[in-house]
Amino acid sequence: MSSSIERTPAPAGTDRRTFLQRVALTGVALGPGGAFLASCATGGDDDDDGDGATQAPSGDVSEDNPLGIPTDQPLQIYIFDGGFGDEYATELHEPMFNERWPDIEIQHTAAVDIGAELQPRFVAGDPPDFVNNSGDGQMDTATLVADGLLYDLTPLFDAPSWDDPDVTVRDSLLPGTIERGTFNGTPYVLNYAFTVFGLWFNQTLMDENGWPVPTTWQEMMDVCADIAATGIAPWVYQGVTAPRYMNWPLLSMATKLAGPEILVPLDNLEPGAWGHEAIRESAAAIRQLAENSYFLPGVEGMEFRDAQGLWARGEAVFCPSGSWLENEEADAIAENPTFQMAMMPDPLLSPDSVMPLETVRATAGEPYIIPADAANPLAAMEYMRVMLSLEGARGFSERVTSLTSVAGASDGVQIDAPGLASAQAALQAAGDNVINWFYPNWYPTMENPGIDQITGALLRAEITVDQWVEQCEAVATTIRDDDSIVKQTRES
Amino acid sequence: MRHGKYPFILAFLLPPVGIYAIYMLSPYIQAIYISLTDWSGFTSTQTFIGFDNYVTMWHDDQLRTALRNNVIMVIVVPILTLLLGLFFASMLNVGGRGRGGVVSGVRGSSIYKVVYFFPQVLSVVVIGIVFKYVFAPENAGGILNRVLSAVGLGGLQQLWLAEPNYLIWIVVLVMTWSFVGFYVVLFSAAMQSIPRDIYEAALLDGSSRLTTFRRITVPLVWDTVQVGWVYMAIQAMDGFATVHIMLGINGGVQGAGDVLGTAMYREAFAEADFGYAAAIGVLMLGLTMVVAIAFMRGLRRERVELA
Repeated sequence: MSSSIERTPAPAGTDRRTFLQRVALTGVALGPGGAFLASCATGGDDDDDGDGATQAPSGDVSEDNPLGIPTDQPLQIYIFDGGFGDEYATELHEPMFNERWPDIEIQHTAAVDIGAELQPRFVAGDPPDFVNNSGDGQMDTATLVADGLLYDLTPLFDAPSWDDPDVTVRDSLLPGTIERGTFNGTPYVLNYAFTVFGLWFNQTLMDENGWPVPTTWQEMMDVCADIAATGIAPWVYQGVTAPRYMNWPLLSMATKLAGPEILVPLDNLEPGAWGHEAIRESAAAIRQLAENSYFLPGVEGMEFRDAQGLWARGEAVFCPSGSWLENEEADAIAENPTFQMAMMPDPLLSPDSVMPLETVRATAGEPYIIPADAANPLAAMEYMRVMLSLEGARGFSERVTSLTSVAGASDGVQIDAPGLASAQAALQAAGDNVINWFYPNWYPTMENPGIDQITGALLRAEITVDQWVEQCEAVATTIRDDDSIVKQTRES
Repeated sequence: MRHGKYPFILAFLLPPVGIYAIYMLSPYIQAIYISLTDWSGFTSTQTFIGFDNYVTMWHDDQLRTALRNNVIMVIVVPILTLLLGLFFASMLNVGGRGRGGVVSGVRGSSIYKVVYFFPQVLSVVVIGIVFKYVFAPENAGGILNRVLSAVGLGGLQQLWLAEPNYLIWIVVLVMTWSFVGFYVVLFSAAMQSIPRDIYEAALLDGSSRLTTFRRITVPLVWDTVQVGWVYMAIQAMDGFATVHIMLGINGGVQGAGDVLGTAMYREAFAEADFGYAAAIGVLMLGLTMVVAIAFMRGLRRERVELA
């Protein structure tokens, strides 16, 4: 019996200590070599001067070829394979491009994690020509701009549009599209999809119970009281994941009350910007929802998809979001064939507001970039010109159920999705009264985790409006005082 | 043969040492260098900024929260896991009271052995997602809150993941749960090699189960406990996957569940500041080494020779 438990004696001549000593000595002996090895990931060659434009291959500028692209060089394209898939590129835009330029070979790659695939190529100075920089692995645009890694898109926006040589690409886009991708005066990013923000509500429940769509905050509170009386929760938000979604109605309502000028100091990080009377009033209104327990019980501890799912299943009526919500909750929506959703503009805080009720927040999204070190940047811009053609944009809308930033492109498109159709109608009703703010794109960490967490506390009614303002100001100050963050400004 | 010994050994050592140098030492050295730059992670060159990242780190409150959480994890997770692991292992192997004086585990121990090992075969991602729903609100499928209300303890219901003070303890709980199974198996193996006659002698002398555990089992498996302790402390220094999946990239509400690993990931991939991320990595390297050395020193005991 004892034989089975005998332990193997340690090998004679070595024990752990001397072995470790030898290993350590070997490490020291390799030290200089290790330092030499250290150059492999970080010490790349410095031959790229970041000025891709002068070396970019080009062809003759002509009426057919306004950008002067080389007609025989390959074009490398990376498309984010996420909510939109990549068929819109392979089945629509790329064939359109090749029809005009048959000798240009398109090398198409679909990627789920854009950053993981492309970051090493940026470091090596060998990025692809065209990148759909989107999804969870999105590379931080502000950093790419600050590092001088993006190609200036001014020639694209100055070029004649695909459909009408008398109209430039710039003039064929919805207002705000180029500004959204502009950093300190230079456009670097093409934002292609167009998102409308607002309050999304359960049309079925509203109709069944005869609840009116509120146009003022007072009406909203009255409707909420009626809804709460039936045992349904009036509101949800994106729970523990993203309380910042509530910033959208908050800032939209404040802007309608006092005018779009109040957003400029916010974006420019001016001291006291968050303390504007209209923003305070709006924050107080939002806080009333918590004070009256109008939020879905437990929403503050929920994942955003769970919260939105409960909304789509009829447990709450109002949900702040953008026009992607319908796609995002398609599964939950499909469970109940009678469910109808619609979008409403955020209600007015006061009848004598500066901007009309129809004002909506809308912005171009879904970024496409051309790296400064791209081998064939001109052809990549030509590809963007294809995307921005009426045919390209209309086809995109039909395929992926999203509006585009091309003006008038969705006019003839019959949108079957009721939510998106209502968003499109709201955008048309808004006319020129389209607002947006830029600080979340310029300073991502200011919005999340910064103001995200503060608004979360406001929605739990843990802090007062004054404390909310104070803490938002503190976050803005942190960003303002951080010299490592490149600042952006806008005039209006 | 004797005179050719060293060239012979060297010839065998070079490939593994070479691989070690390229894949282990060189990344360490590169990380230390990157931590002295303001590299964004996208450019081919870096600007050397000296110790600025370390100065920033010193004033970074969020990093302090993360460090505090890591300290909690390094202390609490190993203690909980080891105690539970030792207890379960001894119950499975020597805890039974027995049929005809034979030393064996409690009844059904062969089933428990398999059950305890279940968490070990689940990936961390699965564990993270499952526990996210254990602690979710009741109307979003929260299992814990449902159980509480089912047994009449509805008053204890909480929005677990919305309460900053609970977050790190939830992470500790989940990590312990997922580690225990492995250590039960590890300690079981060690206990199997303890001679049964020692237990029989103790039984004859009328030793209670607790005394047997304290005086016989623990000293005889101490070597294994020591290895497990160091290994677990290093695992607990990490905790990245659990926190990232359960609480998200910002470490949950108000960042209260943050750990160094998540902070490093956030700096590198969300804030494009590889220099600062590398500095956090160097801090983790230092702390892990300190913890490993401290644990190994602190737990050294006389070896017991069994045969």
